[in-house]
Amino acid sequence: MSASTNATERAQARDPAAARRNVCLRLRVNGEELEAYVAPYKTLLEVLREDLGLTGTKHGCELGECGACAVLIDGAPVLSCLELAVQCEERDIQTIEGLARGTELHPLQAAFADLGGSQCGYCTSGMVMTAKALLDADPAPSRERIKEALSGNICRCTGYQQIWESVEEAARVLRAEKSEAKP
Amino acid sequence: MMRMPWFRWHAPKSVAEAATILADEGPQAMLIAGGTDLVPNMKRRHQEPAALVALRGLGELKRIANGAGLTLGAGLTLAEVVESRSVRENYRALYHAAAQVATPQLRNMGTLGGNVCLDTRCTYYNQSYEWRKAIDFCMKKDGETCWVATASKRCVAVSSTDTAPALIALGAKVRLVSAEGTRELDLADLYANDGMEYLTRRPDEILTEIALPAASGWKSAYWKLRRRGSFDFPVLGVAAAVRAAPDGTVEDARIVLGAVASRPILTKAGELLAGKRLTDEVIEEVAAKVASRAKPMDNTDLEIYWRKEVVPAFVGYALREARGDDMRATRMRIARQAL
Amino acid sequence: MNAPEKPLKTRFDTVGKPRRRVDGRAKTIGQQRFADDLALPRMLHAKLARSPHAHAAIESVDVSRAQAHRGVHLVLTGADFPIPYGIMPVSQDEYPLARERVRFVGDPVAAVIAVDEQTAAEALDLIEVKYRPLPTIASPEEGLAKPEPRIHDYGEQGNIHRNQAYEFGDVEEALARSDHVFEDLFFYEGNTHLPLEQQASLASIEGDGKLLLQTSTQNPHYLHRQLGRVLQMPTAHIRVMAIANGGGFGGKCDPGNHEFVVSKAALVLGRPVKICLTREEVFYQHRGRHPVLMKFRTGVTKDGRLTAMHLQTLLDGGAYGSHGPASTFYTGVLTPVSYELPRFKFEACRVFTNKPACGPKRGHGTPQPRFGQEVQLDKIAHALGLDPAEMRLKMLTKPDSLTASWLRIGSTGLGECIEKAVEMSGWKARRGKLGPGRGLGLACSAYMCGAGVSIYWNKLPHSAVQLLLDRSGQVTVYCGATEIGQGSDDVLAGLTAEALGIDPVSVRVVTGDTGITPIDLGSYSSRVTIMMGNAALQAAARVRDLLANAAAEALDTLPDRIAFSQERVFAVEDAAKSMSFVEAVAAAEAKFGTIASVGSYAPPKPPGKFKGAGVGPSPAYSFTACVLETEVDPATGWVTVPKIWIAHDIGRALNPVLARGQVIGSVYMGLGEALMEEQAFRRLPPKLSSALVHRNPSMLDYKSLTHMDMPEVEVALIEDPDPNCPYGAKEAGQGPLLPVMPALANAIHDAVGVRIDEVPITPDKVLAALAKKAKGEVPRVGPERFPAVPYPEPTFVLPPWEGGDGNELKGRKAA
Repeated sequence: MSASTNATERAQARDPAAARRNVCLRLRVNGEELEAYVAPYKTLLEVLREDLGLTGTKHGCELGECGACAVLIDGAPVLSCLELAVQCEERDIQTIEGLARGTELHPLQAAFADLGGSQCGYCTSGMVMTAKALLDADPAPSRERIKEALSGNICRCTGYQQIWESVEEAARVLRAEKSEAKP
Repeated sequence: MMRMPWFRWHAPKSVAEAATILADEGPQAMLIAGGTDLVPNMKRRHQEPAALVALRGLGELKRIANGAGLTLGAGLTLAEVVESRSVRENYRALYHAAAQVATPQLRNMGTLGGNVCLDTRCTYYNQSYEWRKAIDFCMKKDGETCWVATASKRCVAVSSTDTAPALIALGAKVRLVSAEGTRELDLADLYANDGMEYLTRRPDEILTEIALPAASGWKSAYWKLRRRGSFDFPVLGVAAAVRAAPDGTVEDARIVLGAVASRPILTKAGELLAGKRLTDEVIEEVAAKVASRAKPMDNTDLEIYWRKEVVPAFVGYALREARGDDMRATRMRIARQAL
Repeated sequence: MNAPEKPLKTRFDTVGKPRRRVDGRAKTIGQQRFADDLALPRMLHAKLARSPHAHAAIESVDVSRAQAHRGVHLVLTGADFPIPYGIMPVSQDEYPLARERVRFVGDPVAAVIAVDEQTAAEALDLIEVKYRPLPTIASPEEGLAKPEPRIHDYGEQGNIHRNQAYEFGDVEEALARSDHVFEDLFFYEGNTHLPLEQQASLASIEGDGKLLLQTSTQNPHYLHRQLGRVLQMPTAHIRVMAIANGGGFGGKCDPGNHEFVVSKAALVLGRPVKICLTREEVFYQHRGRHPVLMKFRTGVTKDGRLTAMHLQTLLDGGAYGSHGPASTFYTGVLTPVSYELPRFKFEACRVFTNKPACGPKRGHGTPQPRFGQEVQLDKIAHALGLDPAEMRLKMLTKPDSLTASWLRIGSTGLGECIEKAVEMSGWKARRGKLGPGRGLGLACSAYMCGAGVSIYWNKLPHSAVQLLLDRSGQVTVYCGATEIGQGSDDVLAGLTAEALGIDPVSVRVVTGDTGITPIDLGSYSSRVTIMMGNAALQAAARVRDLLANAAAEALDTLPDRIAFSQERVFAVEDAAKSMSFVEAVAAAEAKFGTIASVGSYAPPKPPGKFKGAGVGPSPAYSFTACVLETEVDPATGWVTVPKIWIAHDIGRALNPVLARGQVIGSVYMGLGEALMEEQAFRRLPPKLSSALVHRNPSMLDYKSLTHMDMPEVEVALIEDPDPNCPYGAKEAGQGPLLPVMPALANAIHDAVGVRIDEVPITPDKVLAALAKKAKGEVPRVGPERFPAVPYPEPTFVLPPWEGGDGNELKGRKAA
């Protein structure tokens, strides 16, 4: 092997154990103020799943290459695997757990469940949250727009088509809800 | 789960404070903006900074100013750049480039400055620590040899930024701020053709803004070659900007090639095209000449000889679009979106 | 065993109606738990140290520094695991941690169990392993040429793992009297499953002192057996819970090193131990598509009927046996299922190489020869001036027939599939008329609905279901089958509900838990709907008899006049005589005691009696036809696929939403393989390095189609119920993948007149073929030679129509 010193030794020399202190974070997740005492190297993904018990957010690569970990921060879909948790204080974090209205599914959730948008379900959280941001911005997206908006989310099961159909159906339902809500 | 190593964390409130921290910490500190390049690299132990200095949240870096030209704060996300009306209407090459970086989520996080400073990439380098150990590492990190070209004295990792070729074609200048002061330079001069020392930026400098000259009379386009319609870094980027007289005679032109060297390649297209009209024949001739500058190495996706072979076609797409052709159908096939 | 229950109904409450899958709600609200979502108090975390060498002897392993690292609880090495394992009894060639030899970059050698993952990862770097590098083998050709050093000290000879040959009728004789003989070489690159969920496992000790392993596995039963063997424990003291898989596609069929490691660690430490593989490690676990080189020599009559085929395959097996013996068979055995083939000779050889082990991926061994077969048929049709669809329609295998190789074809809807795909795509009007650079390609396929024999030889049921009802009306159905996303839980609930006339939502499904559920062999070979389904219908029929008996008494009619529908039980002649399902259960419980039943299923005995006849037979075969449209840019070779039409013979669609999803998902994976997916390796310059590494072990570099790259797919489900299948339902999860790759190759030929005889079909290959065409050379890119493979003397069996009895004919060919 190479003469270069080993990575762990370098890390330890640089960073004696005494310096390894957890930090206390206050995060606003799904409207709730939550506190976590975490290692500062943790990404939002790790804190959500390991420290806050919100395992609905999944991970498929941890390198920003699959989209499974997408959550909304201040309404925009981002990858929680690349977002340092220490940067997330005072921001509005939304995860899949916060989407349903009590026991009633959000129209996106209902459509994904009914129309085959979810098979194994592992990409579903990231896909649904990303789709939510799309429908918030564009209540009647074209299929091309849907594909583009979801193009950062890999699904290995569905072949995507039933996902597009699910998003289109949810958009219809949401539009109908909105027009009913108007007097 | 891939995890970041331990690091010290700084969240300065201003660029000046960030510059001071950077000066104090020295080269063991790194800047982090969107994190979409640095975080995966740290997880794979490409970069192991002892300290991170966060630029997120610095309002100074998020400004968009319309003057004689357009000044873009380096901290604007790529999504914000894409949404800028001025970029969309007047600086099409930048729009095309920014809109095709990575994925929507990554564009919501990654910044313009981050994309301009994107680490060079190589299939022998962008791997985990354990993988790199299996090849006894490489010149760019922890090793001695360049496995792409074993006789090479320099690293040939590839410049993989989409926005830089577009910005250079549009004549961009950048501003660098450090505790010692401020300097401005042509964006083209920010780059060096060395996969390791690919930026002329000093470690204590912060890229704060990118300034584009007035766009009047210019038309531009950026074409990206990659395997899939999303996610992938370019294996070829062609940015073309052309200023033509009302009769179609080219007055000035720039063609910049991306992802075929360790820096974006500004070609001699201006000389080749000046005084000519963009006929199909001229485009074909210039495309062939420009393409000879592309020297792809076998360290990206897709087959090396093929990547070289298709350069003229992509230069042709960009020039035809800059000429004003409707290229949407071709774009749908190549980029999978009309843009 | 039990004959499958014949469909009793023609009108259905549940079957055939689109419905929310039973696990749909949990999956869309983030409540579905996958293995890495599980956490237990006092849980520790494991990481594996993996070999940086592709082939090396282990001289020593020093774990003392790692053991001393703060936060480390245990370090395990090969010394802790003396017993080998392997999914197949004939290939027990793996150790949880390598003992004397590492065989590929990524082979696990040690494990650290620590307080958290970061600490475990740090300690990995402190393990000192001394390796003595050995020469590496990167391809089967190299493995044939270099019998030494042997990667394993078992197998046929040198580095050949499996070598086999079968001949059904005198093939050379038939080829000699054919009007034409076509000889073609094809290559199919390896690729991997890439389930979005990385394998994770959590081992713990339950309150009663027994081991519990909660894990992402497709085959808890086989894993359970192997755990007992490796850990030297009675299997009754081990409980494996298959947690819902975040995708499998065959990648979670083999027992994984990590599963033994966390189990052992939990037993040593008495604390829960979890591991989750990184994405890169999932590429090393692999067990994916074998790279296969193929040679087809096919005889045809001048009107395009097959006379005989001689198929030779050479498989790159990777470093371990895995399912290899079966994979080797599957590169040939299903070839005769779709078209009448009077004589067939099949030779196959699997060679060990220093790369992650190949194994079963969706279509297991059959997509490779299917690609070659369907492209060659296209070439034959062109050479003979025939419409490729018409030519195929004239030589379809007949229902209830035998193949030359003694496979029994039951129902077949292939003709209808072809006609439907041709109709949907406008094949007749549009083919050849789409303009320059555009084309249509057609291909077909067949797949099995469950393997006829188990992976280990036994006479036991392949699937079993237990039903438990109580006076509250609750119906609980237990089965060892494993939900991997394909919807097996929904199939189980749907069939049970249909049989009992209740809503699927009323059925509680308990699956994939060896501690509770009766055995099902696992989610592989498209077997679950058929085998679990038949077992469920048998169990349901048994409780229905009890309920009908009790209800008849209460309703004053005869038990065989009782019907079950819409949560009610009533007399067929007078629907006013009825009671609720809940009342019927209570009545039955009062009359007979607790209401429960079991059902089980084993496939019919295969007709072939020769040794090796066990691979290929299935209770039923599904069939598919696909038409694919493409656009090829002549300047760059860039390939675009705007549309795909596919017709799949599913027998009956139990839940059309899921059935269609399986078909489109298969098309997706097939198109990815056709265009870009490849598990490729890189060898560094041998003078400077012995490295042999995976080129692209990441989600970014392993190219999986995104939303932007996926065309619209138009699906037709052809429903011709198969009597061997539950309510006639055949498989849909694998067969529809198979025709996509050859359909693309054939479409490209239609578009620009070049042949790409290998997969993936990348633009550089298309452009190279176009350049050859422009120069007047053979417009083809593909393998140029097939090496001399020392295949054995074939097992000779006469086809049924040549007087054979299904036994091997010793003493070679008949007169």
